[in-house]
Amino acid sequence: MPKNPDIKKVLVIGSGPIVIGQAAEFDYAGTQACRSLKEEGIEVVLLNSNPATIMTDKDIADRVYIEPLTVEVVEQLILKEQPDSVLPTLGGQAGLNLAMELEEKGFLKEHNVRLIGTTSETIRKAEDRQEFKDTMEKIGEPVAASLVVTNVEDGIAFTNKIGYPVVLRPAYTLGGSGGGIAYDEEQLIEILSNGLRLSRVGEVLVERCIAGWKEIEYEVMRDSAGNCITVCNMENIDPVGVHTGDSIVVAPSQTLGDKEYQMLRTSALNIISELGITGGCNVQYALHPESFEYCVIEVNPRVSRSSALASKATGYPIAKVAAKIALGYTLDEIPNAITGKTYASFEPMLDYCVVKIPRLPFDKFISAKRTLTTQMKATGEVMSICNNFEGALMKAIRSLEQHVDSLMSYDFTALSREELLEELKTVDDMRIWRIAEALRKGISYEEIHDITKIDIWFIDKLAILVEMEQALANEELTEDLLREAKRIEFPDNVIARLTRRKESEIKELRRQWNITASYKMVDTCAAEFAATTPYYYSVYGGENEADGRSDRKKVLVLGSGPIRIGQGIEFDFCSVHCTWAFAKEGYETIIINNNPETVSTDFDIADKLYFEPLTPEDVENVVNIEKPDGAVVQFGGQTAIKLTEALIKMGVKILGTSAENVDAAEDRELFDQILEECHIPRPKGHTVYTADEAIRAANELGYPVLVRPSYVLGGQGMQIAINDEDVDQYIGVINRIAQEHPILVDKYLVGKEIEVDAVCDGEDILIPGIMEHIERAGIHSGDSISVYPAQTISSTAKKTIEEYTKRLAQSLHVIGMINIQFILCGEEVYVIEVNPRSSRTVPYISKVTGIPIVPLATKVILGHKIREMGYEPGLQPEADYFAIKMPVFSFEKIRGADISLGPEMKSTGECLGIAETFNEALYKAFLGAGINLPKHKNMIMTIRDADKPEAVEIAKRFEALGYKIYATRSTAKVFKENGIHAIRTNKIEQPSPNLMDLILGHKIDLVIDIPEQGVEHSKDGFVIRRNAIETGVNVLTAIDTARALVTSLENTDIKKLTLIDIAKVDRK
Amino acid sequence: MMKAFLILEDGHVFTGTSIGSKKEVISEIVFNTSMTGYLEVLTDPSYAGQAVCMTYPLIGNYGICYEDQESLRPWPDGYIVRELSRLPSNFRSQDTIQNFLKRFDIPGIAGIDTRALTRILREKGTMNGMITTNENYDLDEIIPKLKAYTTGKVVEKVTCSEKTVLKGNGPKVALMDFGAKNNIAKSLNQRGCQVTIYPANTTAEEILKASPDGIMLSNGPGDPKECTDIIKEVKKLYESDVPIFAICLGHQLMALANGMDTHRLKYGHRGGNHPVKDLETGRVYISSQNHGYVVDTDKLDPAVAVPAFVNVNDGTNEGLSYTGKNIFTVQFHPEACPGPQDSSYLFDRFMDMMGGKN
Repeated sequence: MPKNPDIKKVLVIGSGPIVIGQAAEFDYAGTQACRSLKEEGIEVVLLNSNPATIMTDKDIADRVYIEPLTVEVVEQLILKEQPDSVLPTLGGQAGLNLAMELEEKGFLKEHNVRLIGTTSETIRKAEDRQEFKDTMEKIGEPVAASLVVTNVEDGIAFTNKIGYPVVLRPAYTLGGSGGGIAYDEEQLIEILSNGLRLSRVGEVLVERCIAGWKEIEYEVMRDSAGNCITVCNMENIDPVGVHTGDSIVVAPSQTLGDKEYQMLRTSALNIISELGITGGCNVQYALHPESFEYCVIEVNPRVSRSSALASKATGYPIAKVAAKIALGYTLDEIPNAITGKTYASFEPMLDYCVVKIPRLPFDKFISAKRTLTTQMKATGEVMSICNNFEGALMKAIRSLEQHVDSLMSYDFTALSREELLEELKTVDDMRIWRIAEALRKGISYEEIHDITKIDIWFIDKLAILVEMEQALANEELTEDLLREAKRIEFPDNVIARLTRRKESEIKELRRQWNITASYKMVDTCAAEFAATTPYYYSVYGGENEADGRSDRKKVLVLGSGPIRIGQGIEFDFCSVHCTWAFAKEGYETIIINNNPETVSTDFDIADKLYFEPLTPEDVENVVNIEKPDGAVVQFGGQTAIKLTEALIKMGVKILGTSAENVDAAEDRELFDQILEECHIPRPKGHTVYTADEAIRAANELGYPVLVRPSYVLGGQGMQIAINDEDVDQYIGVINRIAQEHPILVDKYLVGKEIEVDAVCDGEDILIPGIMEHIERAGIHSGDSISVYPAQTISSTAKKTIEEYTKRLAQSLHVIGMINIQFILCGEEVYVIEVNPRSSRTVPYISKVTGIPIVPLATKVILGHKIREMGYEPGLQPEADYFAIKMPVFSFEKIRGADISLGPEMKSTGECLGIAETFNEALYKAFLGAGINLPKHKNMIMTIRDADKPEAVEIAKRFEALGYKIYATRSTAKVFKENGIHAIRTNKIEQPSPNLMDLILGHKIDLVIDIPEQGVEHSKDGFVIRRNAIETGVNVLTAIDTARALVTSLENTDIKKLTLIDIAKVDRK
Repeated sequence: MMKAFLILEDGHVFTGTSIGSKKEVISEIVFNTSMTGYLEVLTDPSYAGQAVCMTYPLIGNYGICYEDQESLRPWPDGYIVRELSRLPSNFRSQDTIQNFLKRFDIPGIAGIDTRALTRILREKGTMNGMITTNENYDLDEIIPKLKAYTTGKVVEKVTCSEKTVLKGNGPKVALMDFGAKNNIAKSLNQRGCQVTIYPANTTAEEILKASPDGIMLSNGPGDPKECTDIIKEVKKLYESDVPIFAICLGHQLMALANGMDTHRLKYGHRGGNHPVKDLETGRVYISSQNHGYVVDTDKLDPAVAVPAFVNVNDGTNEGLSYTGKNIFTVQFHPEACPGPQDSSYLFDRFMDMMGGKN
């Protein structure tokens, strides 16, 4: 069936801010889909509240709205833009839910807008627990015994009937929010009541627990003619019980015979056909490990994280094909872009093995429980490809950038056999390392399997890696041994450590014995057809298919690896735009990256894609083949910056700012020297190496001080200390992770935080705009609300900021991007941080100013001048809009994480509020972040002494809005003295009714809890915040955020929002 | 670990380790892209006369489950893999591939770059090769031998020696065994058919004498044109009014019996991902395939037959419907095993052709 001619203008709904369970994969899917639609001449209207995405770029869609994802906004947008269709299946659960609400309200029908991709009936059949169960029963597909409940009592009654343990799955949530396994009634009540609250429809599925079964997924596609195919299947190494997003996953399945494989494949096709899905769909199964019994766990009637992984694992562009299907094409009409010869109606055949490992945020949330459950916790993931499983696993491990490079990286050697057996019961992110240690201690495969339920096949593969460690440590390093170690992807540095040699010696031996990496192509068809798409992975031993010859100049773009807190999707935006800009300048572009969720690892972004770990050795292997004319490191975040030195050693020219100058910005002493030369003040500080030195430095500066390691991103390990004890404790934490660089101790200044991104061509600078943070210094810039244009600073200060930026860029000889953070105390401007690279705010500021910073910076890197590109140097005139970037957190997903904000970044994503007035922008920003008040108009305030005076004013304003304020003793006292009718409440340890009862009573909208700086010695605040978050209450921990929120609430009478088409913002 | 060598007739030599038997073998080298179902591939009689290379690199992961065999023994002359799992894991696993190959004296080679081999076969076409453990091989001596090698008649090697019956209460089906995979008989038997399996050299008269309700022509190995005697019998079956369903070699033999031609594909279709389009409904099905030859439909006389299925990738013929006859034939494998079961509905169609008696 050809394209439906009635579809001319399509609204694509994105997935909003990055949160755990809904990450960059939807930007990848959405971007691919938009490009696919535009290819067909469709006018694309895009809605997404996330400014860091590539899909919200005017290159991707015709009309771009970065607005809150609410029903009201979509309705208004439909009225304004009058699309004929809405494509809801590419924006994750958020997009799907919105479309469903509109459909249920009858709005779409009323305005003659059709849902394309998949019908609402289909969505309901797949998403509504009861309808899904009925549908499965109808076609004879088994599901685990289950019941949808809307209250706790029914849940208990049903569980008593089917027996513990049970799995709880709230309906219409993402990443399994609020779900879990309950082993007893107490747990059941806890998880169930939480889940009921989090579900959009107040429903939770109580289900027979099939934990320990094999977890298998199929990615299937179907067109409107009923043709269906499976793109691939995947096997979770972690059996059922761990969310697939937190599991180590291998594609294709490894332990299934053809009978099992086909049984589940046929089932998946039956399901997609019965549901009538047109597009992509993901079916998850639990397969009994010792029989053919299986259960359908879940069906996602849309593009998902797994489909992004499947696309990258196979080369089959699911989102692109799904978009074409939505337009009416059938699978046999859509060409396979990889081979150019075959069609989308085929099934990819892999001749390699793919391993995905989740990137978990426990390095950020040190207090959080590391346990993995059915509630997803990972912020991102890495993928690797190899022709053997061991190699793929080893590559994936070192792609994580969590100081792990082998199965020896977490040390469990101190545990006895018995302790280890006990610890094997723990299901967390370190499980495979524990299994490796168990194997070293001679614990049998069967014992390990009995405890972990991990298939023996995988355990044996871990054993092969452990045996290699032992062989390297104990045997002579022969050519055969080294060849075998490289075949299973032991990195040179690990081999060096085990053989007690230098890494350079291993490299030399490899050279002598000609043991080099070669590259194989991901071609969707196991080499059956010649492919035209250069998408490569490395193997040792075999023919090299990558051809480094080129008659064009070549540039290597280093990606930013897995999404983690502090290094998110923004850097993928930068990498992709940089790649496109180089291509426009006639360069052949080569990307190395390992994140399957991103746009940068789509097969048609760069001329060549190498799906590889971002370590010096892996990068060097690519460099040896490609011999690029230069590399850019300034767009790939700290991951790329860290590779600078290694690239220089390889003889690769660093394009843009030189390595010495990158170093100068990060090396405290060099940097101080530059600041002095430029006459720019910065908070006093010292560089130290030990705890003693740190304490001495802190006392000299006077508390509070800021302690942090150099060379970090996202404020990792950064803390404010108010006394010696704090300093001591922080140094301990910092040293827990490998620390090759010194520690910085700075005087902590309270003031306004200002941020600028600038492009420098060596002479002139271009500053698109000045951003001001709502929260005062002390809260990580990534967690602060950022306002453009800056509202409260004088023009003199702005001039100073412009001047300092210019001086710094010039003396650091910046060619390309620079990001500077300032503190403004009165009229005094201090520099607190300089990053000679692209930053988190670049996508946001590019979009709201209409200045394409990354392409400009790329051109500058290639020798163009700012003036010749038509820009007047310096600070650009302010835009006609107010744009407010709001951080978004995923605290409810991470049990035990402290949510109070500080110098260490904690947010996972961001959204934007853009409007013609400040108040509307602020309102939109809060709305986009999901803070939708009021509900009950009850709030709790507990404020540290220093902030009490300011809190009074804020409390008065809340009270004026009709809020009833509960407060703890001292806060209540101050409020009452100031005429606020605060209700004094008992602290947690005091008798009921206390704060906890209030929170658990589900009548509280908001908790404003401003903790003391430094280490919190009472657990009270922590417990309040956690409980509030876990019961879905909004919690603010900074007084400035509270003020902004009340301002926003005072302006909620804004009925009709003004929707702004970002694609039309053009300042040039 | 003993070294083994795969020598191709174009002079390429791959060095790996020996698996299975140590004996030397010359054969036609083909590749199969299935990611699961290695045992079904090994026991598919259509691989007689060939050495098969699996493009999926990890083979043997779930061991050998004898009940999954498509015939009583492995048929390829040789087996070529990237890596054999040292520890199979599956609740049904009874043995390892290593032992299985040894027991049936089939030589193989592991540890070679199977993707590089596949690329050679794709670019240059299927060719002959030798698997040997002799380190002192002499290419000058071997290559002419490889070039001269022909597979010859293989159907007679793989067909059953005497007829057997699978009991059933439904239609009586005569299954001509040219190297039939078990699941063909099973698929019919599961639908209630009483299936009588005949050796390939059975005459049409004998089959028709038993007055079957339907005749099933099976898959099988080799060049269909070698089967000159069988083709004559197939022509006689065509002329009867008994409904006929044919798969793979059976499909080619029916075409040859009716004056059509077959030609050799450059490197064949072997795997579980080939899309075929049912020209009657327009639906596309993913099919299991294993064939090196294909029916030529360029000069097809619509009075004899019309194409029923076509391969979406390369447009080659995948099935024929015989005009005015109750006969249809497919190039692919609706019996799957290994591979997708999407086209198993064709057995139902055959049931309907036989009068829907089931």
